[in-house]
Amino acid sequence: MSEAPVVQHAALAEQRTVSSLTLLPRRAWTFCLVEIQKLRHDRLELVTRAIQPVLWLVIFGETFTHIRMIPTGNVPYLDYLAPGIIAQSGMFVAIFYGVLMVWDRDAGILAKLLVTPTPRAALVAGKSFAATVRALVQVVIVLITAALLGVALTWNPIRLLGAASIVALGTIFFACLSMMIAGLVKNRDRVMGIGQAITMPLFFASNALYPVALMPKWLQVISKVNPLSYEVSALRGLLIGLPTNLWLDYAVLIVAATVMILWSSRLLDRMAQ
Amino acid sequence: MNTSPAVECRDLTYMFKDFAAVSGLDLTVEQGQIVGLLGPNGAGKTTTIRVLNTLLPIQTGSVHIFGLDAARQKMAVRRLIGYVPQQLSIEAALTGRQNVELFARLFDIPRKQRTDRVNEVLAAMNLLDAADRPAGGYSGGMVRRLELAQALVNAPALLILDEPTVGLDPVARDSVWERVRFMRDEVGTSVLLTTHYMEEADQLCDAVALMHRGQLRAFGAPADLKAALGPGTSLEDVFRYHTGDTLEATAKGGMGNVRSTRRTARRVG
Repeated sequence: MSEAPVVQHAALAEQRTVSSLTLLPRRAWTFCLVEIQKLRHDRLELVTRAIQPVLWLVIFGETFTHIRMIPTGNVPYLDYLAPGIIAQSGMFVAIFYGVLMVWDRDAGILAKLLVTPTPRAALVAGKSFAATVRALVQVVIVLITAALLGVALTWNPIRLLGAASIVALGTIFFACLSMMIAGLVKNRDRVMGIGQAITMPLFFASNALYPVALMPKWLQVISKVNPLSYEVSALRGLLIGLPTNLWLDYAVLIVAATVMILWSSRLLDRMAQ
Repeated sequence: MNTSPAVECRDLTYMFKDFAAVSGLDLTVEQGQIVGLLGPNGAGKTTTIRVLNTLLPIQTGSVHIFGLDAARQKMAVRRLIGYVPQQLSIEAALTGRQNVELFARLFDIPRKQRTDRVNEVLAAMNLLDAADRPAGGYSGGMVRRLELAQALVNAPALLILDEPTVGLDPVARDSVWERVRFMRDEVGTSVLLTTHYMEEADQLCDAVALMHRGQLRAFGAPADLKAALGPGTSLEDVFRYHTGDTLEATAKGGMGNVRSTRRTARRVG
Protein backbone atom coordinates (compact mmCIF):
# COMPACT_ATOMS: atom_id res chain seq x y z
CA MET A 1 0.00 0.00 0.00
CA SER A 2 1.59 3.27 -1.01
CA GLU A 3 0.82 6.69 0.39
CA ALA A 4 2.45 8.79 -2.29
CA PRO A 5 -0.11 8.22 -5.05
CA VAL A 6 -2.94 9.08 -2.67
CA VAL A 7 -1.36 12.40 -1.73
CA GLN A 8 -0.94 13.06 -5.41
CA HIS A 9 -4.69 12.41 -5.95
CA ALA A 10 -5.61 14.89 -3.23
CA ALA A 11 -3.27 17.49 -4.68
CA LEU A 12 -4.76 16.94 -8.13
CA ALA A 13 -8.25 17.46 -6.81
CA GLU A 14 -7.23 20.66 -5.07
CA GLN A 15 -5.75 22.08 -8.26
CA ARG A 16 -9.03 21.45 -10.00
CA THR A 17 -11.11 23.42 -7.52
CA VAL A 18 -13.11 25.74 -9.73
CA SER A 19 -14.71 29.03 -8.80
CA SER A 20 -18.40 28.58 -8.16
CA LEU A 21 -19.04 31.54 -10.47
CA THR A 22 -17.69 29.65 -13.46
CA LEU A 23 -19.32 26.34 -12.48
CA LEU A 24 -22.79 27.26 -13.77
CA PRO A 25 -21.75 28.15 -17.35
CA ARG A 26 -19.34 25.17 -17.42
CA ARG A 27 -22.01 22.72 -16.34
CA ALA A 28 -24.65 24.29 -18.58
CA TRP A 29 -22.31 23.88 -21.56
CA THR A 30 -21.51 20.28 -20.57
CA PHE A 31 -25.17 19.26 -20.45
CA CYS A 32 -25.94 21.16 -23.66
CA LEU A 33 -23.08 19.31 -25.35
CA VAL A 34 -24.44 15.96 -24.17
CA GLU A 35 -27.87 16.91 -25.54
CA ILE A 36 -26.33 17.85 -28.90
CA GLN A 37 -24.47 14.52 -28.95
CA LYS A 38 -27.69 12.65 -28.20
CA LEU A 39 -29.57 14.56 -30.90
CA ARG A 40 -26.86 13.71 -33.43
CA HIS A 41 -27.40 10.04 -32.64
CA ASP A 42 -31.19 10.32 -32.97
CA ARG A 43 -32.12 12.91 -35.60
CA LEU A 44 -35.41 11.19 -36.41
CA GLU A 45 -36.76 12.16 -32.98
CA LEU A 46 -36.42 15.85 -33.85
CA VAL A 47 -38.52 15.42 -36.95
CA THR A 48 -41.22 13.35 -35.22
CA ARG A 49 -41.44 15.81 -32.33
CA ALA A 50 -41.80 18.73 -34.74
CA ILE A 51 -44.84 17.16 -36.41
CA GLN A 52 -47.32 18.32 -33.77
CA PRO A 53 -46.45 22.06 -33.82
CA VAL A 54 -46.29 21.98 -37.61
CA LEU A 55 -49.79 20.45 -37.68
CA TRP A 56 -51.04 23.18 -35.35
CA LEU A 57 -49.77 25.79 -37.79
CA VAL A 58 -50.91 24.05 -40.95
CA ILE A 59 -54.34 22.78 -39.88
CA PHE A 60 -55.47 24.96 -36.98
CA GLY A 61 -53.73 28.09 -38.24
CA GLU A 62 -54.86 27.86 -41.86
CA THR A 63 -58.45 26.97 -40.90
CA PHE A 64 -58.90 29.79 -38.40
CA THR A 65 -57.25 32.25 -40.77
CA HIS A 66 -59.93 31.43 -43.36
CA ILE A 67 -62.95 31.51 -41.07
CA ARG A 68 -61.73 34.75 -39.40
CA MET A 69 -63.36 33.90 -36.06
CA ILE A 70 -60.61 35.32 -33.89
CA PRO A 71 -60.15 39.10 -34.14
CA THR A 72 -56.44 39.92 -34.43
CA GLY A 73 -56.64 43.43 -35.92
CA ASN A 74 -54.58 44.01 -39.04
CA VAL A 75 -52.47 40.94 -38.49
CA PRO A 76 -53.47 37.71 -40.28
CA TYR A 77 -54.39 35.01 -37.77
CA LEU A 78 -51.62 32.70 -38.98
CA ASP A 79 -49.02 35.41 -38.25
CA TYR A 80 -50.61 35.97 -34.85
CA LEU A 81 -50.59 32.25 -34.11
CA ALA A 82 -47.02 31.40 -35.22
CA PRO A 83 -45.24 32.88 -32.13
CA GLY A 84 -47.76 31.06 -29.93
CA ILE A 85 -46.94 27.74 -31.59
CA ILE A 86 -43.21 28.43 -31.27
CA ALA A 87 -43.67 28.99 -27.52
CA GLN A 88 -45.89 25.92 -27.32
CA SER A 89 -43.34 23.68 -29.03
CA GLY A 90 -40.68 24.75 -26.49
CA MET A 91 -43.08 24.11 -23.64
CA PHE A 92 -44.00 20.66 -24.95
CA VAL A 93 -40.31 19.70 -25.08
CA ALA A 94 -39.67 21.05 -21.59
CA ILE A 95 -42.74 19.90 -19.70
CA PHE A 96 -41.74 16.23 -19.99
CA TYR A 97 -38.12 16.79 -18.99
CA GLY A 98 -38.94 15.63 -15.49
CA VAL A 99 -39.73 12.19 -16.96
CA LEU A 100 -36.14 12.01 -18.22
CA MET A 101 -34.96 13.01 -14.77
CA VAL A 102 -36.92 10.14 -13.17
CA TRP A 103 -35.55 7.83 -15.88
CA ASP A 104 -32.01 8.98 -14.96
CA ARG A 105 -32.83 8.39 -11.31
CA ASP A 106 -34.15 4.87 -11.90
CA ALA A 107 -31.14 4.04 -14.10
CA GLY A 108 -28.64 5.25 -11.47
CA ILE A 109 -27.33 8.01 -13.75
CA LEU A 110 -28.68 10.78 -11.49
CA ALA A 111 -26.87 9.32 -8.45
CA LYS A 112 -23.59 9.40 -10.36
CA LEU A 113 -24.19 13.00 -11.45
CA LEU A 114 -25.05 14.04 -7.89
CA VAL A 115 -21.74 12.64 -6.62
CA THR A 116 -19.75 14.86 -9.01
CA PRO A 117 -18.69 18.33 -7.81
CA THR A 118 -21.75 19.94 -9.32
CA PRO A 119 -23.96 22.20 -7.20
CA ARG A 120 -27.61 21.11 -7.36
CA ALA A 121 -28.67 24.42 -8.91
CA ALA A 122 -25.98 24.05 -11.60
CA LEU A 123 -27.18 20.52 -12.35
CA VAL A 124 -30.80 21.61 -12.71
CA ALA A 125 -29.81 24.69 -14.71
CA GLY A 126 -27.54 22.58 -16.90
CA LYS A 127 -30.29 20.06 -17.58
CA SER A 128 -32.79 22.83 -18.37
CA PHE A 129 -30.27 24.48 -20.72
CA ALA A 130 -29.99 21.11 -22.44
CA ALA A 131 -33.78 21.19 -22.89
CA THR A 132 -33.42 24.56 -24.63
CA VAL A 133 -31.04 23.00 -27.17
CA ARG A 134 -33.74 20.50 -28.10
CA ALA A 135 -36.45 23.17 -28.05
CA LEU A 136 -34.48 25.58 -30.23
CA VAL A 137 -33.77 22.95 -32.87
CA GLN A 138 -37.49 22.25 -32.98
CA VAL A 139 -38.29 25.98 -33.14
CA VAL A 140 -36.12 26.30 -36.24
CA ILE A 141 -38.32 23.70 -37.97
CA VAL A 142 -41.48 25.58 -36.91
CA LEU A 143 -40.00 28.91 -38.09
CA ILE A 144 -39.18 27.46 -41.50
CA THR A 145 -42.71 26.01 -41.77
CA ALA A 146 -44.22 29.36 -40.79
CA ALA A 147 -42.12 31.14 -43.40
CA LEU A 148 -43.22 28.62 -46.04
CA LEU A 149 -46.86 29.27 -45.09
CA GLY A 150 -46.29 32.98 -45.76
CA VAL A 151 -46.05 34.29 -42.19
CA ALA A 152 -44.43 37.74 -42.27
CA LEU A 153 -41.60 36.97 -39.85
CA THR A 154 -38.67 39.26 -39.27
CA TRP A 155 -35.27 37.98 -40.45
CA ASN A 156 -33.39 40.61 -38.44
CA PRO A 157 -30.64 38.55 -36.74
CA ILE A 158 -30.76 40.57 -33.52
CA ARG A 159 -34.51 40.08 -33.22
CA LEU A 160 -34.12 36.37 -34.01
CA LEU A 161 -31.45 36.13 -31.32
CA GLY A 162 -33.81 37.90 -28.92
CA ALA A 163 -36.55 35.42 -29.82
CA ALA A 164 -34.16 32.51 -29.18
CA SER A 165 -33.33 33.92 -25.74
CA ILE A 166 -37.05 34.24 -24.95
CA VAL A 167 -37.69 30.63 -26.02
CA ALA A 168 -34.70 29.56 -23.90
CA LEU A 169 -36.06 31.35 -20.81
CA GLY A 170 -39.51 29.85 -21.28
CA THR A 171 -38.06 26.39 -21.82
CA ILE A 172 -35.88 26.69 -18.72
CA PHE A 173 -38.95 27.65 -16.67
CA PHE A 174 -41.08 24.74 -17.91
CA ALA A 175 -38.21 22.20 -17.75
CA CYS A 176 -37.54 23.19 -14.13
CA LEU A 177 -41.28 23.07 -13.36
CA SER A 178 -41.26 19.52 -14.71
CA MET A 179 -38.14 18.59 -12.72
CA MET A 180 -39.75 20.09 -9.62
CA ILE A 181 -42.79 17.85 -10.16
CA ALA A 182 -40.40 14.92 -10.65
CA GLY A 183 -38.71 15.78 -7.34
CA LEU A 184 -42.10 15.73 -5.61
CA VAL A 185 -43.61 12.56 -7.07
CA LYS A 186 -40.46 10.59 -8.09
CA ASN A 187 -42.45 8.38 -10.48
CA ARG A 188 -42.32 8.42 -14.27
CA ASP A 189 -46.02 7.71 -14.85
CA ARG A 190 -47.11 10.37 -12.38
CA VAL A 191 -44.79 13.00 -13.88
CA MET A 192 -46.16 12.08 -17.29
CA GLY A 193 -49.75 12.29 -16.02
CA ILE A 194 -49.25 15.64 -14.30
CA GLY A 195 -47.37 16.95 -17.36
CA GLN A 196 -50.30 15.99 -19.60
CA ALA A 197 -52.78 17.45 -17.12
CA ILE A 198 -51.14 20.88 -16.95
CA THR A 199 -49.86 21.33 -20.52
CA MET A 200 -53.14 22.10 -22.23
CA PRO A 201 -54.53 24.31 -19.41
CA LEU A 202 -51.28 26.32 -19.46
CA PHE A 203 -51.52 26.61 -23.24
CA PHE A 204 -55.19 27.58 -23.40
CA ALA A 205 -54.92 29.92 -20.41
CA SER A 206 -52.37 32.02 -22.26
CA ASN A 207 -52.44 34.40 -25.21
CA ALA A 208 -50.94 31.74 -27.53
CA LEU A 209 -54.13 31.10 -29.52
CA TYR A 210 -56.26 34.22 -28.99
CA PRO A 211 -56.02 37.71 -27.50
CA VAL A 212 -56.40 37.90 -23.72
CA ALA A 213 -59.23 40.43 -24.17
CA LEU A 214 -61.46 37.63 -25.53
CA MET A 215 -61.11 35.60 -22.34
CA PRO A 216 -63.50 35.74 -19.37
CA LYS A 217 -62.15 37.84 -16.50
CA TRP A 218 -61.10 34.90 -14.34
CA LEU A 219 -59.12 33.40 -17.19
CA GLN A 220 -57.49 36.77 -17.85
CA VAL A 221 -56.18 36.70 -14.26
CA ILE A 222 -54.66 33.25 -14.81
CA SER A 223 -53.19 34.41 -18.10
CA LYS A 224 -51.53 37.33 -16.27
CA VAL A 225 -49.62 34.95 -13.98
CA ASN A 226 -48.87 32.41 -16.70
CA PRO A 227 -45.23 32.82 -17.89
CA LEU A 228 -46.25 31.38 -21.28
CA SER A 229 -48.25 34.59 -21.95
CA TYR A 230 -45.15 36.74 -21.46
CA GLU A 231 -43.12 34.42 -23.67
CA VAL A 232 -45.73 34.65 -26.46
CA SER A 233 -46.03 38.44 -26.11
CA ALA A 234 -42.27 38.86 -26.38
CA LEU A 235 -42.12 36.54 -29.41
CA ARG A 236 -44.93 38.46 -31.13
CA GLY A 237 -43.07 41.71 -30.46
CA LEU A 238 -39.76 40.39 -31.74
CA LEU A 239 -40.91 38.24 -34.66
CA ILE A 240 -43.94 40.04 -36.14
CA GLY A 241 -43.59 43.49 -34.59
CA LEU A 242 -46.75 43.57 -32.43
CA PRO A 243 -46.57 46.03 -29.51
CA THR A 244 -45.36 44.54 -26.21
CA ASN A 245 -43.52 45.57 -23.06
CA LEU A 246 -40.33 43.64 -23.80
CA TRP A 247 -38.64 44.66 -20.53
CA LEU A 248 -41.56 43.33 -18.54
CA ASP A 249 -41.62 40.10 -20.58
CA TYR A 250 -37.89 39.55 -20.01
CA ALA A 251 -38.14 40.46 -16.31
CA VAL A 252 -41.03 38.04 -15.68
CA LEU A 253 -39.35 35.19 -17.55
CA ILE A 254 -35.94 35.73 -15.90
CA VAL A 255 -37.47 35.86 -12.41
CA ALA A 256 -39.73 32.85 -13.12
CA ALA A 257 -36.84 30.78 -14.51
CA THR A 258 -34.52 31.70 -11.61
CA VAL A 259 -37.12 30.93 -8.96
CA MET A 260 -37.94 27.62 -10.61
CA ILE A 261 -34.24 26.62 -10.90
CA LEU A 262 -33.74 27.30 -7.18
CA TRP A 263 -36.99 25.58 -6.21
CA SER A 264 -36.40 22.44 -8.27
CA SER A 265 -32.75 22.20 -7.18
CA ARG A 266 -33.91 22.09 -3.56
CA LEU A 267 -35.98 19.02 -4.42
CA LEU A 268 -33.18 17.27 -6.29
CA ASP A 269 -31.74 15.57 -3.21
CA ARG A 270 -35.17 14.02 -2.57
CA MET A 271 -34.83 12.22 -5.87
CA ALA A 272 -31.61 10.53 -4.76
CA GLN A 273 -33.24 9.15 -1.60
CA MET B 1 1.38 14.88 3.57
CA ASN B 2 -2.21 13.77 4.11
CA THR B 3 -2.15 10.73 6.37
CA SER B 4 -5.83 10.81 7.33
CA PRO B 5 -7.80 7.62 6.67
CA ALA B 6 -9.57 7.44 3.34
CA VAL B 7 -12.84 6.95 5.21
CA GLU B 8 -13.51 7.50 8.88
CA CYS B 9 -17.06 7.36 10.10
CA ARG B 10 -18.02 7.49 13.74
CA ASP B 11 -21.33 6.60 15.35
CA LEU B 12 -23.13 6.94 12.03
CA THR B 13 -26.88 6.47 12.21
CA TYR B 14 -29.33 6.88 9.35
CA MET B 15 -33.08 6.68 9.86
CA PHE B 16 -35.82 6.18 7.27
CA LYS B 17 -38.70 7.52 9.37
CA ASP B 18 -38.75 5.09 12.33
CA PHE B 19 -36.47 2.50 10.75
CA ALA B 20 -32.73 2.64 11.47
CA ALA B 21 -31.06 1.57 8.20
CA VAL B 22 -27.65 2.23 9.76
CA SER B 23 -27.14 2.29 13.50
CA GLY B 24 -24.05 3.56 15.36
CA LEU B 25 -21.60 2.53 12.63
CA ASP B 26 -17.86 3.01 13.21
CA LEU B 27 -15.81 2.26 10.11
CA THR B 28 -12.30 3.14 8.98
CA VAL B 29 -10.76 2.57 5.56
CA GLU B 30 -7.03 3.26 5.58
CA GLN B 31 -5.34 4.82 2.56
CA GLY B 32 -4.62 2.25 -0.16
CA GLN B 33 -6.89 -0.41 1.36
CA ILE B 34 -9.66 -2.36 -0.34
CA VAL B 35 -12.47 -2.78 2.18
CA GLY B 36 -15.55 -4.87 1.47
CA LEU B 37 -18.92 -4.19 3.06
CA LEU B 38 -20.71 -7.52 3.38
CA GLY B 39 -24.14 -8.31 4.64
CA PRO B 40 -27.54 -9.65 3.67
CA ASN B 41 -30.03 -7.47 1.85
CA GLY B 42 -31.31 -4.73 4.11
CA ALA B 43 -28.13 -4.82 6.21
CA GLY B 44 -27.53 -1.12 5.52
CA LYS B 45 -24.61 -1.44 3.07
CA THR B 46 -26.04 0.71 0.30
CA THR B 47 -27.35 3.32 2.74
CA THR B 48 -23.87 3.50 4.30
CA ILE B 49 -22.30 3.98 0.89
CA ARG B 50 -24.81 6.65 -0.06
CA VAL B 51 -24.07 8.58 3.12
CA LEU B 52 -20.31 8.28 2.60
CA ASN B 53 -20.50 9.54 -0.98
CA THR B 54 -22.69 12.54 0.09
CA LEU B 55 -25.84 11.32 -1.70
CA LEU B 56 -27.65 11.12 1.63
CA PRO B 57 -27.24 13.68 4.42
CA ILE B 58 -25.42 12.79 7.64
CA GLN B 59 -28.21 12.68 10.22
CA THR B 60 -26.21 11.53 13.25
CA GLY B 61 -22.50 10.89 13.70
CA SER B 62 -19.59 12.06 11.59
CA VAL B 63 -17.96 11.12 8.28
CA HIS B 64 -14.50 12.24 7.20
CA ILE B 65 -13.03 11.47 3.78
CA PHE B 66 -9.25 12.01 3.78
CA GLY B 67 -9.80 14.28 6.78
CA LEU B 68 -12.50 16.37 5.06
CA ASP B 69 -15.82 16.68 6.85
CA ALA B 70 -18.39 15.14 4.49
CA ALA B 71 -21.18 17.18 6.07
CA ARG B 72 -19.54 20.58 5.57
CA GLN B 73 -17.10 20.10 2.70
CA LYS B 74 -19.29 18.14 0.29
CA MET B 75 -17.88 19.63 -2.90
CA ALA B 76 -14.28 18.98 -1.83
CA VAL B 77 -15.19 15.43 -0.81
CA ARG B 78 -16.91 14.77 -4.15
CA ARG B 79 -13.72 15.75 -5.99
CA LEU B 80 -11.92 12.88 -4.22
CA ILE B 81 -14.53 10.20 -4.95
CA GLY B 82 -15.25 7.95 -7.90
CA TYR B 83 -18.61 6.19 -7.57
CA VAL B 84 -20.16 3.24 -9.38
CA PRO B 85 -23.77 2.56 -8.33
CA GLN B 86 -25.48 -0.81 -8.23
CA GLN B 87 -27.42 -0.35 -11.48
CA LEU B 88 -25.73 -0.45 -14.86
CA SER B 89 -26.02 3.27 -15.51
CA ILE B 90 -24.70 4.77 -18.69
CA GLU B 91 -26.09 7.03 -21.40
CA ALA B 92 -26.93 4.38 -23.99
CA ALA B 93 -27.33 6.95 -26.78
CA LEU B 94 -23.75 8.21 -26.37
CA THR B 95 -20.56 6.43 -27.35
CA GLY B 96 -18.28 4.99 -24.68
CA ARG B 97 -15.87 7.89 -25.18
CA GLN B 98 -18.65 10.49 -24.87
CA ASN B 99 -19.82 8.83 -21.64
CA VAL B 100 -16.34 9.17 -20.13
CA GLU B 101 -15.84 12.69 -21.50
CA LEU B 102 -19.03 13.78 -19.74
CA PHE B 103 -17.51 12.88 -16.38
CA ALA B 104 -14.13 14.41 -17.30
CA ARG B 105 -15.97 17.67 -17.85
CA LEU B 106 -18.03 17.35 -14.66
CA PHE B 107 -14.78 16.93 -12.73
CA ASP B 108 -13.33 20.01 -14.48
CA ILE B 109 -10.35 18.21 -15.98
CA PRO B 110 -8.59 20.91 -18.04
CA ARG B 111 -9.26 20.73 -21.76
CA LYS B 112 -5.60 20.10 -22.65
CA GLN B 113 -5.45 17.01 -20.43
CA ARG B 114 -8.97 15.75 -21.12
CA THR B 115 -8.42 13.75 -24.30
CA ASP B 116 -5.33 12.02 -22.93
CA ARG B 117 -7.01 11.28 -19.62
CA VAL B 118 -10.12 9.83 -21.31
CA ASN B 119 -7.95 7.66 -23.58
CA GLU B 120 -5.89 6.52 -20.58
CA VAL B 121 -8.87 5.26 -18.59
CA LEU B 122 -10.53 3.71 -21.64
CA ALA B 123 -7.28 1.87 -22.37
CA ALA B 124 -6.95 0.83 -18.71
CA MET B 125 -10.46 -0.63 -18.90
CA ASN B 126 -9.65 -2.32 -22.21
CA LEU B 127 -12.34 -0.34 -24.02
CA LEU B 128 -10.31 1.72 -26.45
CA ASP B 129 -11.34 -0.36 -29.48
CA ALA B 130 -15.04 0.00 -28.66
CA ALA B 131 -14.79 3.63 -27.50
CA ASP B 132 -16.50 5.18 -30.51
CA ARG B 133 -19.42 2.76 -30.62
CA PRO B 134 -22.74 3.65 -28.96
CA ALA B 135 -22.62 2.35 -25.38
CA GLY B 136 -26.10 0.90 -25.88
CA GLY B 137 -24.46 -1.91 -27.83
CA TYR B 138 -22.04 -2.87 -25.04
CA SER B 139 -22.29 -6.15 -23.12
CA GLY B 140 -22.96 -6.05 -19.35
CA GLY B 141 -19.28 -6.50 -18.56
CA MET B 142 -18.28 -3.72 -20.95
CA VAL B 143 -20.88 -1.39 -19.43
CA ARG B 144 -19.44 -2.07 -15.97
CA ARG B 145 -15.91 -1.39 -17.21
CA LEU B 146 -17.18 1.79 -18.86
CA GLU B 147 -18.64 2.84 -15.55
CA LEU B 148 -15.31 2.18 -13.89
CA ALA B 149 -13.66 4.34 -16.57
CA GLN B 150 -16.13 7.12 -15.77
CA ALA B 151 -15.40 6.80 -12.06
CA LEU B 152 -11.63 6.74 -12.61
CA VAL B 153 -11.33 9.62 -15.07
CA ASN B 154 -10.97 11.99 -12.12
CA ALA B 155 -8.07 9.89 -10.72
CA PRO B 156 -10.11 9.57 -7.51
CA ALA B 157 -8.37 8.94 -4.23
CA LEU B 158 -11.34 6.85 -3.09
CA LEU B 159 -13.33 4.51 -5.30
CA ILE B 160 -16.78 3.53 -4.01
CA LEU B 161 -18.40 0.55 -5.72
CA ASP B 162 -21.88 -0.68 -4.87
CA GLU B 163 -22.25 -4.35 -5.93
CA PRO B 164 -19.96 -3.85 -8.94
CA THR B 165 -20.23 -7.42 -10.20
CA VAL B 166 -23.86 -8.32 -9.57
CA GLY B 167 -25.48 -9.71 -12.72
CA LEU B 168 -22.15 -10.18 -14.53
CA ASP B 169 -20.86 -13.47 -15.89
CA PRO B 170 -17.68 -14.91 -14.29
CA VAL B 171 -15.38 -13.61 -17.04
CA ALA B 172 -16.75 -10.08 -16.80
CA ARG B 173 -16.58 -10.29 -13.00
CA ASP B 174 -12.92 -11.30 -13.11
CA SER B 175 -12.08 -8.44 -15.41
CA VAL B 176 -13.75 -5.93 -13.04
CA TRP B 177 -11.84 -7.28 -10.04
CA GLU B 178 -8.61 -7.26 -12.01
CA ARG B 179 -9.11 -3.54 -12.72
CA VAL B 180 -9.95 -2.78 -9.09
CA ARG B 181 -6.77 -4.56 -7.98
CA PHE B 182 -4.80 -2.64 -10.58
CA MET B 183 -6.10 0.68 -9.21
CA ARG B 184 -5.10 -0.28 -5.68
CA ASP B 185 -1.68 -1.72 -6.56
CA GLU B 186 -0.51 0.64 -9.29
CA VAL B 187 -2.30 3.88 -8.51
CA GLY B 188 -2.77 3.64 -4.74
CA THR B 189 -6.52 4.19 -4.89
CA SER B 190 -8.45 3.29 -1.74
CA VAL B 191 -11.54 1.20 -2.46
CA LEU B 192 -14.76 0.66 -0.53
CA LEU B 193 -17.14 -1.83 -2.10
CA THR B 194 -20.15 -3.95 -1.35
CA THR B 195 -20.52 -7.48 -2.65
CA HIS B 196 -22.53 -10.64 -2.17
CA TYR B 197 -19.70 -12.86 -3.38
CA MET B 198 -17.82 -14.17 -0.34
CA GLU B 199 -15.05 -15.86 -2.31
CA GLU B 200 -14.24 -12.67 -4.14
CA ALA B 201 -14.31 -10.61 -0.97
CA ASP B 202 -11.95 -13.15 0.58
CA GLN B 203 -9.46 -12.89 -2.26
CA LEU B 204 -9.73 -9.19 -3.06
CA CYS B 205 -10.31 -7.30 0.19
CA ASP B 206 -7.67 -6.26 2.70
CA ALA B 207 -10.46 -6.03 5.26
CA VAL B 208 -14.15 -6.81 5.36
CA ALA B 209 -16.90 -5.20 7.42
CA LEU B 210 -19.82 -7.52 8.16
CA MET B 211 -23.05 -5.60 8.58
CA HIS B 212 -26.36 -6.92 9.80
CA ARG B 213 -29.53 -4.97 10.53
CA GLY B 214 -27.70 -1.67 10.21
CA GLN B 215 -24.95 -2.56 12.64
CA LEU B 216 -21.32 -3.53 12.20
CA ARG B 217 -21.00 -7.11 13.49
CA ALA B 218 -17.35 -7.74 12.65
CA PHE B 219 -14.42 -6.00 11.02
CA GLY B 220 -10.98 -7.27 10.08
CA ALA B 221 -8.80 -9.01 7.52
CA PRO B 222 -10.59 -12.05 6.07
CA ALA B 223 -7.78 -14.32 7.30
CA ASP B 224 -8.06 -12.96 10.86
CA LEU B 225 -11.84 -13.30 10.94
CA LYS B 226 -11.61 -16.88 9.68
CA ALA B 227 -8.81 -17.76 12.12
CA ALA B 228 -10.88 -16.46 15.02
CA LEU B 229 -13.51 -19.14 14.29
CA GLY B 230 -11.00 -21.95 14.01
CA PRO B 231 -9.19 -23.88 11.30
CA GLY B 232 -10.94 -24.73 8.04
CA THR B 233 -13.41 -21.86 8.38
CA SER B 234 -14.51 -20.04 5.25
CA LEU B 235 -15.60 -16.41 5.02
CA GLU B 236 -19.06 -17.79 4.36
CA ASP B 237 -18.95 -19.44 7.83
CA VAL B 238 -17.81 -16.14 9.36
CA PHE B 239 -20.69 -14.40 7.62
CA ARG B 240 -23.18 -16.96 8.91
CA TYR B 241 -21.74 -16.83 12.41
CA HIS B 242 -22.00 -13.05 12.70
CA THR B 243 -25.28 -12.48 10.92
CA GLY B 244 -27.13 -15.61 11.93
CA ASP B 245 -28.21 -15.72 8.28
CA THR B 246 -27.59 -18.17 5.50
CA LEU B 247 -26.04 -17.39 2.19
CA GLU B 248 -28.91 -19.23 0.54
CA ALA B 249 -31.36 -16.77 2.07
CA THR B 250 -29.11 -13.91 1.14
CA ALA B 251 -28.82 -15.15 -2.38
CA LYS B 252 -32.61 -15.42 -2.57
CA GLY B 253 -32.92 -11.90 -1.27
CA GLY B 254 -30.22 -10.82 -3.64
CA MET B 255 -31.92 -12.22 -6.72
CA GLY B 256 -34.20 -9.20 -6.85
CA ASN B 257 -31.15 -7.04 -7.34
CA VAL B 258 -29.62 -9.43 -9.83
CA ARG B 259 -32.82 -9.51 -11.86
CA SER B 260 -33.13 -5.74 -11.70
CA THR B 261 -29.56 -5.31 -12.86
CA ARG B 262 -30.04 -7.81 -15.67
CA ARG B 263 -33.14 -5.88 -16.76
CA THR B 264 -31.02 -2.74 -16.83
CA ALA B 265 -28.32 -4.58 -18.75
CA ARG B 266 -30.90 -5.57 -21.36
CA ARG B 267 -32.17 -1.98 -21.50
CA VAL B 268 -28.75 -0.50 -22.13
CA GLY B 269 -27.55 -3.29 -24.31
